[in-house]
Amino acid sequence: MQLDARIPPGPLVQKWDNRRFSARLVNPANRRKYRVLVVGSGLAGASAAASLGELGYNVDCFCFQDSARRAHSIAAQGGINAAKNYRNDGDSVRRLFYDTVKGGDFRSREANVYRLAQISVNIIDQCVAQGVPFAREYGGLLANRSFGGAQVSRTFYARGQTGQQLLLGAYQALERQIGLGQVKMHPRTEMLDLVVEGGRARGIVVRDLVSGAVSSYAGDAVALATGGYGNAYYLSTNAKGCNATAIWRAHKRGAAFANPCYTQIHPTCIPVSGDHQSKLTLMSESLRNDGRVWIPKKKGDARAPRDIPDDERDYYLERKYPSYGNLAPRDISSRAAKEVCDEGRGVGPGGRGVYLDFADAIRRLGEGTIRERYDNLFEMYQRITAEDPYRVPMRIYPAVHYTMGGLWVDYDLMSTIPGLFVLGEANFSDHGANRLGASALMQGLADGYFILPNTVCDWLAGTKPGEVKAEDKGFRDAEAAVAARTQKLLSVGGKRTVDSFHRELGELLWSDCGMSRNDAGLKRALARIPALREEFWKEVKVPGSGVELNQSLEKAGRVSDFFELAELLCADALHRTESCGAHFREESQTPDGEARRDDANFAYVAAWEHKGEGKAPLLHQEKLEFEEVHFSQRSYK
Amino acid sequence: MKLVLRVWRQKERGAPGAFSRYEAPDASPDMSFLELLDVINEHLIVSGEQPIAFDHDCREGICGSCGMMIDGVAHGPMKATATCQLHLRHFRDGDEIQVEPWRAAAFPVIKDLVVDRGALDHIIAAGGFVTAQTGSAPDGNAILVPKRAAEEAMDAAACIGCGACIAACPNGSASLFTAAKISHLGLLPQGQPERARRVVAMVAQMDREGFGNCSWHGECEAACPKSISIDTIVRMNRDWLAACIMPKEKSRSEEGG
Repeated sequence: MQLDARIPPGPLVQKWDNRRFSARLVNPANRRKYRVLVVGSGLAGASAAASLGELGYNVDCFCFQDSARRAHSIAAQGGINAAKNYRNDGDSVRRLFYDTVKGGDFRSREANVYRLAQISVNIIDQCVAQGVPFAREYGGLLANRSFGGAQVSRTFYARGQTGQQLLLGAYQALERQIGLGQVKMHPRTEMLDLVVEGGRARGIVVRDLVSGAVSSYAGDAVALATGGYGNAYYLSTNAKGCNATAIWRAHKRGAAFANPCYTQIHPTCIPVSGDHQSKLTLMSESLRNDGRVWIPKKKGDARAPRDIPDDERDYYLERKYPSYGNLAPRDISSRAAKEVCDEGRGVGPGGRGVYLDFADAIRRLGEGTIRERYDNLFEMYQRITAEDPYRVPMRIYPAVHYTMGGLWVDYDLMSTIPGLFVLGEANFSDHGANRLGASALMQGLADGYFILPNTVCDWLAGTKPGEVKAEDKGFRDAEAAVAARTQKLLSVGGKRTVDSFHRELGELLWSDCGMSRNDAGLKRALARIPALREEFWKEVKVPGSGVELNQSLEKAGRVSDFFELAELLCADALHRTESCGAHFREESQTPDGEARRDDANFAYVAAWEHKGEGKAPLLHQEKLEFEEVHFSQRSYK
Repeated sequence: MKLVLRVWRQKERGAPGAFSRYEAPDASPDMSFLELLDVINEHLIVSGEQPIAFDHDCREGICGSCGMMIDGVAHGPMKATATCQLHLRHFRDGDEIQVEPWRAAAFPVIKDLVVDRGALDHIIAAGGFVTAQTGSAPDGNAILVPKRAAEEAMDAAACIGCGACIAACPNGSASLFTAAKISHLGLLPQGQPERARRVVAMVAQMDREGFGNCSWHGECEAACPKSISIDTIVRMNRDWLAACIMPKEKSRSEEGG
């Protein structure tokens, strides 16, 4: 396996221009001869499918949900970054680029990040034109808010439902193409394998989740936009259905998996309330614009929060990071919360929580302003906890939220399998070791609206359309393998439910490969995961059959893939003995407890090659070269 | 707390169905309604029975996947709350609760509590968009949008497409769903050029999908987890009437000012 990022020549500012100019094009009359398969219909998938349809390609788009509009991008709350500098506060493409590289702790690819910052401004324009109801000032201009890891206000938002509104914009564009017959939508359809023939991605094998029928689709290019793998941890802010099956099966077919250990733990989520907990709910980072994070100075202080006077409170983020304060980046805020809770100063049941307090902001701005900014979030909090955040501070705790790792892609978003493209959270490309808030939506839409449509043409121009048919033998073999795996899951006939295994895997990952990691814990996890996986294949019970709607079977397939991915995640975390961004190795910290990078040995992307069942994965390194940004110790103090 | 559920079980589309009774002897008031179903399902699987099928995904009240009739009320007793955000603390110990799938001619049952809501996507495909090919947009601030218009558009755009309005309507009408999209786009300057053709196409598609007509019961607004106002239907009807009586290709919104 060769890693060639194919970064275009020329100065950083001109690389994207140069790439678009060097790319071969497909003439409009020939586009209708090509078929592109897009798996996933979130921001990246829906925007890609819609844009490719507009260009005149035939597109098949697949999602496991009952409608394209339900993909988990919809739950993103806070906003989307763009280097518009509408606030006149010193923002620029260069600054967004710099903040993103620094926020990612110098573990992302400069050329990709610069392109992302350049495209960010077009995304806002595109979404406005589609009718996305962004927040406005009284004069009719777009409003902005601040987000973590930046000192400028560059985040555009639609109340606390930015992801929903952006997704609906992309979904509506997609539905328009569906109505025109340019895109064929396949809801309730799950990709279970990638077909690779002659060293190229040729199509996919899917299961119809209603009838259980397994079938194949051939395409001249395949694009995976299937999201991240945070649900490996069981409890996360991801939707219940989010899974890694598509990218994992592609990995097993030859796509390198990059930086799996970069998993983001979001600092502001509602704490766990009991064993029945099925998922965790995020409280948008935007709340940290006005909320102050604190815990009692005294251990075990059981007084109600309002009875604790100001001088007996520890506003630890403001104390430790005076220049960024409550808007310190996610990895740093999460670790700080864990640290104070480990000291025994946490609040709420089990002591796993810190306060996020709006009392000062309400005093300063009035309840009306706070209500206008965050009412739906406050309401959601109250619904879940039965506490009123206008009166008592919220209790929050970190939770698994996003995965920066994913399938390795080159500058064109193509994986190590020619013809297989990977978009959005499913790839590894832009966020390095830590993603900044409001950057996921930006990346998903950049990939889908603007990058793939301008790079896929170069691949297609070198491909004979319709070269392979879904009736060919390679597809039959892949279908048979999928059917056999389904049958295997159904016939284990054990005693334990899929969820009980998933929960156990999640607890194991959270404790040994969560917010902080160490050699002993990772080795323990690497010993336990295969044992648990073996037990899964002996003891799991999947009721029903394969020829009907069978939600237990769907879960079983996804969890079996999480077991394999979890092992790679821990192996990657073990090999990377430095701390960087969200990956905190206890052995590698500065005297004041911050992450200490090891640029001499680890300034590379770790891309893992699958070598077969039971064999150790092979590490390939893509060295990260920084021309514009110079390594520095990340400081938010 | 102890709860008893009577749940509609149906093997597949078109098959006969019936209610089955399930006891949950140690439910926690902090559980969500879907977590209660999870707990029941775990017991069912271990005891060799088929778990209850239900749609769900984000469990944050935003994806619109979940939804069921709880004691005859779409999404249950709490106002402006989707099923996933309904917590058991709003029930009493010992309650017996009836759980059914959405009931509407245009939403055939697929299995148990899972229904096919594909008709809603078809309504959007018919016209619920602004034609804005990727790459052709002017600067985001080139066209001013009055704050109030943006806010009202957002109120309507908050629709999660769950289908509760249809399930709650005695006519099985999709008017609130359709009107929410027509209002969202019709309130914004970007939505003006296609305003007339949009409303005509979407209303026609709504009829083709087998949804009933609106006769102002108002159940939709009461059931909506996002509190979409029935005023949007007024707007839809007005736009539709205006589009129908104006000569084709000359409706006001297409004149360009």
